Amino acid sequence: MLETILVPIAIVGGLGLLYGLGLAIASKKFRVEIDPRVEQIISVLPGANCGACGKAGCAGYAEAIVNEGAPLNSCAPGGADVVALIAGIMGQTATAGEKKVAYYHCASGGKNTTKLKYEYQGISTCKAAVNVSQGPNLCTYGCVGLNDCFDACKFNAITIDENNQRHIDEDKCTACGACVSACPRNLIELIPVKKVVRIKCSSHDFGAVPKQVCGAGHPCIGCGICAKNCPVGAITMQDQLAVIDYEKCINCGICATKCPTKAIEDALAGMRKKAEIDEANCIGCTICAKNCPVQAISGNLKEVHHVDQDKCVGCGICAEKCPKDAIVMK
Amino acid sequence: MEFLSQIMIMAVGAIFINNFVLAKFLGICPYLGVSKKLDSALGMGMAVTFVMTMASAFTWLIQSYLLIPFKIEYLQTIAFILTIASLVQFVEMVIQKNAPALYKSLGVFLPLITTNCAVLGVAILNLTADNGLPYNFGFSILNGFFSGVGFTVVLVLMAGIREKLEYAELPASMKGMPIALIIAGSMALAFLGFAGLKF
Repeated sequence: MLETILVPIAIVGGLGLLYGLGLAIASKKFRVEIDPRVEQIISVLPGANCGACGKAGCAGYAEAIVNEGAPLNSCAPGGADVVALIAGIMGQTATAGEKKVAYYHCASGGKNTTKLKYEYQGISTCKAAVNVSQGPNLCTYGCVGLNDCFDACKFNAITIDENNQRHIDEDKCTACGACVSACPRNLIELIPVKKVVRIKCSSHDFGAVPKQVCGAGHPCIGCGICAKNCPVGAITMQDQLAVIDYEKCINCGICATKCPTKAIEDALAGMRKKAEIDEANCIGCTICAKNCPVQAISGNLKEVHHVDQDKCVGCGICAEKCPKDAIVMK
Repeated sequence: MEFLSQIMIMAVGAIFINNFVLAKFLGICPYLGVSKKLDSALGMGMAVTFVMTMASAFTWLIQSYLLIPFKIEYLQTIAFILTIASLVQFVEMVIQKNAPALYKSLGVFLPLITTNCAVLGVAILNLTADNGLPYNFGFSILNGFFSGVGFTVVLVLMAGIREKLEYAELPASMKGMPIALIIAGSMALAFLGFAGLKF
């Protein structure tokens, strides 16, 4: 009687014990060293798996940092904080990427004023709409007003107002680039958040044509006046469209004042301050004069320098560079 | 020659006529869960084939040399599950150590297979099914292998169909799982046609 109970217990229990031991030995023998830093980096990454870094999700990026030496500052949503944390884990110094935001190079008339060739009633995506005889808009470069960018944004940074115009919330935008690749017109670009002078148009048409087709009324007509007036040569005309090189742009806003169609947006217009040198602190080191992009500062070595208020564009570079904090923006 | 023809009969029987997914309705979970992409479907199929073959061998040994001599066949299920689970764990460790690339493609699926009813099913049916084939160690392993191949074939077919379905314009209520279930049903109907095959 006892045997009918004990034998099965012994056999199944024995089997379990055997397997357990086998697995215990195997787990020692076939141990794979996993770098603990990978786990740590995964835990500090935002976990949005947006793919802005070019890797397959946050875990893929963490592995790439540790094993392949990927750059630490590729995580756009995480921003400078995450870069600093990763740098701490990896024992390297942080080099934060410049914060960027998405920007529409199209002012778009919205549903009220956009001029249409025909009314589009097909599949409700921009990608489909632009394929039907170059889209419903008269302007073949403009926003067609469907919602590919809005749908692509995982951070609710894009809002649509009652006039069906899109606005980007620069605080919420993480520069992940999802909307940039979603827009079939390539209207969206990632722009450094500090650069407030931006071109509101993507039209490659020339002369009268953009004026006739643009619903917003501020098209780039390809005249090139902005490029001629830019003090640092940051604007180039590319196929009848002004394009700002933000590596060179000093935020002066001169182009915005010169543009005949007001196609350049300048959030700081009229708010710029001019540089003034505090004569008591100036030691005449000439650093400000060397760095001024418009040669507005003059003065000899070891003498007090002066700013030509007519020439000064208010970029603030001199104030940043001055070693004695002798320059104030007024 | 008779041996070869027996193997042929077993292969056709296990892959088409008595297909685990579409005729016996075992292993439906991975069939619907891992059939969204062709690569992962193939990986899962290969993992299942491998585990089924191994499980057939080990469970046959357990049955013949432990359970039957001690007359405790009623403990078959628990003993087999124990065996299969440990086996899968062990295989996972070996693969992780020796073939990291294979581990990356199979690794996620291996724990899923641990308690998969198709694997337990093949182990039990090997020993009980009245399929007119000789009851021995070699044929158990072969049956396990061919059952796994049958699973792989169906999984890959399903994944191929579902990849194409991604581009189809479907009513919103049909997207995803509903249409997958309908397709699974149609495939099962098609596979039941093989039941008429007789040698």
